[in-house]
Amino acid sequence: MAITEAPAAPAADKRNPLTAGGTRITLIIGGIAVVGLALVYLLGDREPALITQYLVSGLLLGGVYALVSLGLTLIFGVLGIVNFAQGAMLTLSMYLVYVLQSSLGLNLYVAVVLTIPLLFGFGWLVQSMLLNRLTEDASHDRPLLVTLGLSLLIVNVLLMIFGGRPKSVDAPVSGSIEILGALADTQRIIAFGGAVLVAAALTLVLRKTSMGLAIRAVAANGTGASLVGVNVRRVYAMTFGLGAASVAVAGGLITPFTTLVPTAGEQFTTLAFVIVVLGGLGSIPGALVGGLFIGVLQTVGSLYLPGSGSLILVFGIFVLILFLRPQGLFGAKQ
Amino acid sequence: MSLLTLDGVSKSFGGLKALGETTLEIPEHEFFGIIGPNGAGKTTLFSVLAGQLAPSSGQMMFDGVDITGWSADKTAAQGLVRTFQLMRPFESMTVLENVTIASHNKYRSPHKAREHAAAVVERVGLDSYMYAMSGTLPTAGLKRLELARALALEPRMILLDEVLAGLVPTERAPIIDLLRSIHAEGVTVMFVEHIMAAVMALSERLLVMHEGRELALGLPEEVIANQQVIDAYLGEDYS
Repeated sequence: MAITEAPAAPAADKRNPLTAGGTRITLIIGGIAVVGLALVYLLGDREPALITQYLVSGLLLGGVYALVSLGLTLIFGVLGIVNFAQGAMLTLSMYLVYVLQSSLGLNLYVAVVLTIPLLFGFGWLVQSMLLNRLTEDASHDRPLLVTLGLSLLIVNVLLMIFGGRPKSVDAPVSGSIEILGALADTQRIIAFGGAVLVAAALTLVLRKTSMGLAIRAVAANGTGASLVGVNVRRVYAMTFGLGAASVAVAGGLITPFTTLVPTAGEQFTTLAFVIVVLGGLGSIPGALVGGLFIGVLQTVGSLYLPGSGSLILVFGIFVLILFLRPQGLFGAKQ
Repeated sequence: MSLLTLDGVSKSFGGLKALGETTLEIPEHEFFGIIGPNGAGKTTLFSVLAGQLAPSSGQMMFDGVDITGWSADKTAAQGLVRTFQLMRPFESMTVLENVTIASHNKYRSPHKAREHAAAVVERVGLDSYMYAMSGTLPTAGLKRLELARALALEPRMILLDEVLAGLVPTERAPIIDLLRSIHAEGVTVMFVEHIMAAVMALSERLLVMHEGRELALGLPEEVIANQQVIDAYLGEDYS
């Protein structure tokens, strides 16, 4: 036996960036969150019930943010493409749900389920017909510009067909339930559940299926993967399809409590980028935790900073975290 | 019958002809060595054969099929597989997962693919590293992993790019034994190597390349006695 060195413990940097959890960083983030909330409750100079209400709302909003960010981080993690069309694809899926409901009279959640394969196919086509050639050149700016153009195209086609006047869809469920004395909107709870479900499903697909194995291999080393017989172009298309499908879940589930205009998705694009970078580019748990973190920060922050002032807090803390941990919360060191 | 046939295959990068028109026939089950100084076109030849670079001209036949211009994954699935001098494992995955990706080409069921991969990992002597992250393997282990990934594709022919480079002499012997046993199982082997002792011990025929062209081709003993080869590559001391 020629190998004499003992195997070193798997270094943190070598773990799989797509699905790795990282116990230490999870504990640190949890600790900071608990301490921060405790400070707000004790020294915050606001009614505890009010803070709880904002906290619950913030977590639910964070769930929506996480849902939008999951597809973005998957696409970046595997293809290295910064997908500017993510917000537009979100809007597209919302309008698809609207059309399925208004023309076929489908139940909202049935329409959402139908939208998932449609967006998957859309993502597949975009990657295989538009982006594959550019991705293989290993250039980042060209796919980025294509997705930016695609985003403008989608928004304006929607504007052409549906006009700029707001639409709305009927939700089969409404009302709210009480959590720890705070009121939580049922539809937002469902969206939150969707985020957790999508994150779990993506992790499962990546960890357990042969396609997931191929996706992780391509993310780690595209050339190496092609040499062991992996069709890299197909994996790229599959990944973009999965990213688009997860955005379909997001779009469908937030339609009931979002004003449906062709630019509806854009407000999420910037925040989704912040969340993906904060959580660590290409990390699925990072997108989930980052989304919840930003949601809570923005909502609880608005207790103290009126209007869009809470966004200043969000971006301020975002810069601070990147200063301390440039690779993002769950990101692997480059 | 020849397994691999090259007919006037060349590769140019702009004005630079990295690989001149090469015509070559490799019979089934040959152990074929290639030597030559740096920049001779050895790695370019491998890249063209493995489908990573499209040839600028010529035709390649493998096992009776025209593989000219095929993509790397298609070529690999056909049974013509290369390894790299600088190993390219999927660092964030375990050794077993690395090999499983390759064996998926042969076995569709995830369970079968894993079973086959595990057998290949044992075959190359990496059983104790089965669940280790491949990024933590020492160099000799990475070389074995490269071989394992290639073998998991059940290749008809493997192209080995300096599989012994970076190993100390005591590490080389078991790898050479492994190569011999792979060949004994019926796999055709083409290898680029700088370590002349291994080249002489393993090659059935030897090709010397120089500046993208064939300088000499024949039995190893004849080739290294060739004055041109001595001038271009081996140096006076070797003879």
